[in-house]
Amino acid sequence: MDLVQLSKVGVSLGGKPVLRDIDFVLKPGQIMGISGLNGSGKTTLLRILSTLLRIREGSGVVLDANIDSNDVFIVRPLIGMIGHKPALIGELTLHENLLHVARLTGVEEKKVGAVLAVVGLDEASDRRADASSFGMQRRIEVAHLLLTRPRLLLLDEATSGLDSSARDLIAALTERVVGDGGGVVTVSHDQARLAESCDNTMSLTEGRLELVS
Amino acid sequence: MSFWTQTIEIARIDLRVERRLGDTLRIVLPFAVVALLVFPLALGIELAVISRIGPAVFWALGILFGMQVALRQSVTDSQERRDLHALAGVDPAARFVGRIISGGVLMMVFLLVLFLAMVLLYGPALPEGSWSTMLISSALFSVGLAELGTLAGEVTTGLRNRTALASLIVAPLALPLVIGASQSLEALSRGTGILTWVLLMAVTDLTLAVVGVGLARPLEEATR
Repeated sequence: MDLVQLSKVGVSLGGKPVLRDIDFVLKPGQIMGISGLNGSGKTTLLRILSTLLRIREGSGVVLDANIDSNDVFIVRPLIGMIGHKPALIGELTLHENLLHVARLTGVEEKKVGAVLAVVGLDEASDRRADASSFGMQRRIEVAHLLLTRPRLLLLDEATSGLDSSARDLIAALTERVVGDGGGVVTVSHDQARLAESCDNTMSLTEGRLELVS
Repeated sequence: MSFWTQTIEIARIDLRVERRLGDTLRIVLPFAVVALLVFPLALGIELAVISRIGPAVFWALGILFGMQVALRQSVTDSQERRDLHALAGVDPAARFVGRIISGGVLMMVFLLVLFLAMVLLYGPALPEGSWSTMLISSALFSVGLAELGTLAGEVTTGLRNRTALASLIVAPLALPLVIGASQSLEALSRGTGILTWVLLMAVTDLTLAVVGVGLARPLEEATR
């Protein structure tokens, strides 16, 4: 059974078509890379895959949920996303951010300390998120996804601006999701890097998706 | 996770963020107290008049500055934070109720401190039962305004002039709350019952709660 299946999906934002006739399939264990220039619709596509953006044309299924139905509320906790901006509450400490996620998702709170150590932030855990560097904020997002173990991982330029150790953490997270039988979609404007790290790559040009390899 | 676990967590975090930012107690409240101080200057120092208008001024400032408290979330809320909650599986209705709880608590503290300041500065002749009436009225007023603020924040999500638009939504819809709250103290002074005014506020609160919970999911989806 495919993790994701989109058929003839089209999206317009502010009256302007952003994605057209998108056909897309992601299988368990697959890492799919999507490249495209800035403004080509990569982030919009990821938001559709995350079920956070409703489609206007076509149909789609994500983790067995029709993306145009209320079933998306059931599968959303199985989707993990690292977007352009870190999804953290700036006024909370790094530790509190993780605790908040653990409490909302029902993960055991004692696991928070362990994942903080895995991402190398156990000694900086009392620092407020809005006073932490971009790299630290990214590490907390990785820690969040290590806690919640998503089946579908969506990475939106997730490694840009990160040092090699933080990039290794994201690679390890990707491996774990794939190892658990999940799938990963990663978008970047760097096609060469995607070709190295993904099973297949696609290119998004003027709202249309084409298979590259 | 259960609805109430999520609701309480949302409220708890909201209050913690507020404690760190201090918008309500360190910014809005001092300004409201200054406004209480300034108001009599326009009327001249006529103690009898000042004493008589105290409760009315209190409720006028309560709604004006209370809107700032009720709408503070629309300033701090971001797309990333909404996505974080959505992908954590938070029920939009739990988010709505959690925000009403945190907003209601803040509003209640704000009104109580403002009322104490009004009593000290204006020295109104409060009839017997004023404090309990004030507590009931403040609680119902706080919940209603928090509901309105949360609803208006959701409706205006993503709009450029969000804060201004949200205020325009809240102000007219808060009318039953202002009338109910101000008239309950007036009714007590006249020796008539306060039940009508308490009921007006309670029905308004209940209606807003039903509408808010019912619309939470479609609103959250429509405003992405």
